[in-house]
Amino acid sequence: MSSTAILRSAPQKEVGPTRVALTGNYAAAYAAKMADIDLVAIYPITPQTTIAEKLSEFVANGELSAELIHVESEHSALSATIGGAAVGARAFTATSSQGLELMHEILHIAAGLRLPIVMAVPSRALSAPISIHNDNMDIMNARETGWIMLNASNAQEVFDMIIQAFKIAEDQRVLLPVMVTYDGFVVSHTVEGVELPDKDDVLSFIPKGKWHTLDPAKPTSMGPIAGPDWYYEIKFSQYKAMRDSIKVIGEVMDSFGKRFGREYSPVMGYMMGDAEYAIVSYGVTWGFVRAAVDRARSMGIRAGAVRLNVIRPFPSEEVYSYLNGLKAFAVVDRAIYYGAPSPGPIYTDVVSTLFMRGIAKPALNVIHGIGQRTMYINDFLNIYKDLTKLDESKVVFMGVRE
Amino acid sequence: MSTLPSWRELAIGGIVLEPGSTVNVHTGTWRTKKPVINQDACTRCRICWAYCPEGIIQELNKPYVTKKGHKYSITYEVNYEYCKGCGICANECPVKAIDMVSEYE
Repeated sequence: MSSTAILRSAPQKEVGPTRVALTGNYAAAYAAKMADIDLVAIYPITPQTTIAEKLSEFVANGELSAELIHVESEHSALSATIGGAAVGARAFTATSSQGLELMHEILHIAAGLRLPIVMAVPSRALSAPISIHNDNMDIMNARETGWIMLNASNAQEVFDMIIQAFKIAEDQRVLLPVMVTYDGFVVSHTVEGVELPDKDDVLSFIPKGKWHTLDPAKPTSMGPIAGPDWYYEIKFSQYKAMRDSIKVIGEVMDSFGKRFGREYSPVMGYMMGDAEYAIVSYGVTWGFVRAAVDRARSMGIRAGAVRLNVIRPFPSEEVYSYLNGLKAFAVVDRAIYYGAPSPGPIYTDVVSTLFMRGIAKPALNVIHGIGQRTMYINDFLNIYKDLTKLDESKVVFMGVRE
Repeated sequence: MSTLPSWRELAIGGIVLEPGSTVNVHTGTWRTKKPVINQDACTRCRICWAYCPEGIIQELNKPYVTKKGHKYSITYEVNYEYCKGCGICANECPVKAIDMVSEYE
């Protein structure tokens, strides 16, 4: 029997979700492929490289019909992506660590031009000294660039959030670039079961949007100089779009849940109903914290956990409603904010959220997992124990050798 | 005081929708000194016209007779709507026929 005959006689797969084993990075590549991207420009860097490899493979074997641009740096990668988005292409890129830093200048331009680009960022510690391991310093440096930032904690969430990211970015009320961040190696290179929806289902959820594009028939100039009489208003309108996008993000996450059966919201709580003490975290830390909640509960501590799925725009209202009634809380940051009033970037966001609503309560800023230093569930259990005795805010550099 | 549009009315991302719209920006308001051409001293050499970075020295078909009786078929005049007052024309003029005059005196 010929191979084609064997194929023909094989049982036909029914249309519907397929569960496959994928790393976080492959999940990102599959999501970009299913979103039917028109343009991809990625420069390789650890731990992002396998996204670029997989997408190149998709283009080479005809599974994805997209313009693949070979670029000489991350600065060029995002510049090429901007060019594509400026002529109406659904454009995708990805990077990590030093690559995100080299892109930094262009991050501001993508956001200022209000182009709906989607980028995957498996996060990694910054040089020097060189570390290819994971922490969140790279993405924390990108918080003020005007990109919406979603944070995934496993491969399925990477896939789902990239699909959501296209819908958020291309919404007429938003039109901002979206970064889907997740922990390098721990998520990017760990193989997990990922449910892939049907391609047509994905495309009907994210039909290609329309935005301001360059058109020879209707000439416009993008990115010209704006004098002191104009610049402020243009940036204020960008600020408003970012601030108001939290509503659209919530809507998109809701409709994604209804369509694909996996629930998302900008902020998630675990055992928060009667909690007196909570740990706020993001990324893979969430898994450790949730396990620590169960251990703390078994010891009689009314523990809960709060997780940020969205880092920008900061989901202030949701964070406030979770933390408002607590006795004390901790924020775990896997990044160091050098010389700042507190070393944790997200701690600073959380505390100012509460301060602006007139709330002051003891809050612990925990720095952990720097350069992928191993974190243990019991570390977080100890934080819950500390919280029950906490009477003033303080900083803890967990596990640093004295 | 301001008649400029609010942030709500501006095009997304500060894009410019109308081609050639820089003519709407009257850069002459930036000036602190203005060039004044002495038509009697001017030899019509065209050097100011060539050096002006803004292209606002205008070569006009206006005949002019100097006090000494020299006849010229053209006249150079400054377009003050756009002249930024940089003074390059006055600096380059080989016969010192252009004076930079303060806007505030």
